[in-house]
Amino acid sequence: MTQKFYTKDHEWLSIEENIVTIGVTDFAQEQLGDVVFIELPEVGADLIEGDEAAVIESVKAAGEIAVPINGTVVAINEDLVDQPELLNTAPEDEGWIFRVSPSDGLETASFMDAEQYQKYIDSGE
Amino acid sequence: MSDSAKNQKTQFYDYHVAAGGKMVPFAGYLMPVQYPAGIMQEHLHTRNNAGLFDVSHMGQVLVTGVGVASALEKLMPVDLDALAINQQTYATFTLPNGGILDDLIVTRWAEDTYFLVVNAACKDQDIEHLKSYLSDFTITHLDQHSLIALQGAKAKDIMLKLAPSTSDLIFMHGCSVQIDGIECYVTRSGYTGEDGFEISVSNDHALAVADRLLAFDDCKWIGLGARDSLRLEAGLCLYGHDMDQNTSPIEAGITWSISHSRRAGGAKEGGFLGAEKILKHLADGAPKKRVGFLVEGRAPVREGAEIADNDGNIVGVITSGGFGPTLQAPVAMGYVTSALAAVGTQLNAIVRGKLRPMTVTKMPLVPQRYHRGK
Repeated sequence: MTQKFYTKDHEWLSIEENIVTIGVTDFAQEQLGDVVFIELPEVGADLIEGDEAAVIESVKAAGEIAVPINGTVVAINEDLVDQPELLNTAPEDEGWIFRVSPSDGLETASFMDAEQYQKYIDSGE
Repeated sequence: MSDSAKNQKTQFYDYHVAAGGKMVPFAGYLMPVQYPAGIMQEHLHTRNNAGLFDVSHMGQVLVTGVGVASALEKLMPVDLDALAINQQTYATFTLPNGGILDDLIVTRWAEDTYFLVVNAACKDQDIEHLKSYLSDFTITHLDQHSLIALQGAKAKDIMLKLAPSTSDLIFMHGCSVQIDGIECYVTRSGYTGEDGFEISVSNDHALAVADRLLAFDDCKWIGLGARDSLRLEAGLCLYGHDMDQNTSPIEAGITWSISHSRRAGGAKEGGFLGAEKILKHLADGAPKKRVGFLVEGRAPVREGAEIADNDGNIVGVITSGGFGPTLQAPVAMGYVTSALAAVGTQLNAIVRGKLRPMTVTKMPLVPQRYHRGK
C-alpha cells in the first residue's frame, strides 16, 4: 500500500515498501515557474534530514530541496536531465525527483496528509 | 506597514491583477513579474508576436531652457546638440570618479527641450542630480505620465493600425501622435532587442491606449521576468547589476555610447563628470571588462557567481544571468580582468561549488532586430 505525505516546504513523499519517493507539489512548481534544470543528488549519498538534496532551477530563480528524512539515495529520476519540464507538467507523477531508503524507522507524524496540506496552502502560509 | 502598503501602483495595476499578474515589489512599485503563461512563454510571445510592458515606474523627466544641451553635456558623454529634434540616444550620467550614476535614454523634443527616461530605482536621485547641476533650467518630473512599451515582431503591424505615422519611424526616433484622439509621444525603441515602440501618455488616458493595444490578439501583457531574459539575450545592461557607481562606461562595454566629439581629439572633448578617468580608460584600456558568456549545459549561472580560470583562480564575477528561452541555454554576463575578455576565452562559473564551463561570447546572443530603415 502506498502512503502519501506532504511537508511545509511543499514536497511530497510517497512511501511504498519502505522506499520513499520524493518530489515537489503542484503548488511548488507553480511558484517556481518554468523549470530548466535540476541538480540531482548522487545515488548512494547518505542524507540527514534537512540536507540539500536537489536544486531546481527555473527561468526565474533557484530553489533548494531539503531532504525531509534520514536515509540513502537509491534512485534518481534521470528523465529530468533531458526533460526538466516534467517537473512542471507532472510534478507528482513522472516529475518525481529521487528515492530514499530510510536509515531508521520512518516517523511520519510531522508530515501532512493531502487534506491537511490543502488547508495549509489555502491558509497562505 | 506591510510591503504592499509602502509600494506605489501604476495606472495599470488593476489590469495586471485581472490578467493574473503575480505582483511583486520592485523599485518602490508593485509590478507584475509574470502572468499565468509564465516567463518562458511570455519571452517567446514577445519575440514572435507583440508584448506589452508597463514601464510606468521609470522616471520621465523634461529638462528645458536656452542652452540646456551644453548644460546636460556636463553630466553625460554624448553630443546632445548633434541630435535632431525627435531623435534620441542612449547615455549615462557619469560621476566624478568615472563611474555611472544611471543610464538613460535622451530624446530631443525641441531646440531647448530634452526628454529623459531614467531607471525607476534611480529617478529621485537623478532628479536631485539634475537640479544640483542645472539650477538655471526647468526640470519637470512627468509623474502624471505613464509609459508602456510594445515590443516584438508584430509591434509595427499594431502601431500601423493605431497610429500609421509611427510605422515610418526608424530606431531611436520619436514623434508626437494621436491614438484615438489621445496625445502620445511614441519612440521606436525598447529593451528587448526586438523592433518596438515606447509610448508616453498622460495617466488620464493611459488605460484607453492600453485597451486599444490589448484589443489585438497578438498583443499580451509581459512581466518583468521576461523583460529581464529578453534584455539579457539582447546583451543589454541592467543598471545596478551590470554597471554601477564604480564601473566606467568603458569597463561596462558601452564605449559606443560615448559620442566621438566628446572623446580625445573631438570638437567637444571631455567636459563631463569623470572625463579624466573615462578618457584614460578609453586611451589605455580598463582593468576589467563586462563580457557575455555562453554556458555549457543547462544549469543557469546567476548574479553573484564567481568566475574562475581553468587553474581555479578567481578572475571575475557574474553580474546578470539566467536561462535564455530563445537560445534554450543559459546566458550570463559579468566582469573579468581585461586580459581574459577576448571572445572565445574559456572560463568557468562557480555554481554551488561546481565549475560550470563557459565561453566569452560576442553579444548580443540573439540578433537584435531594430528597425534601422532601408
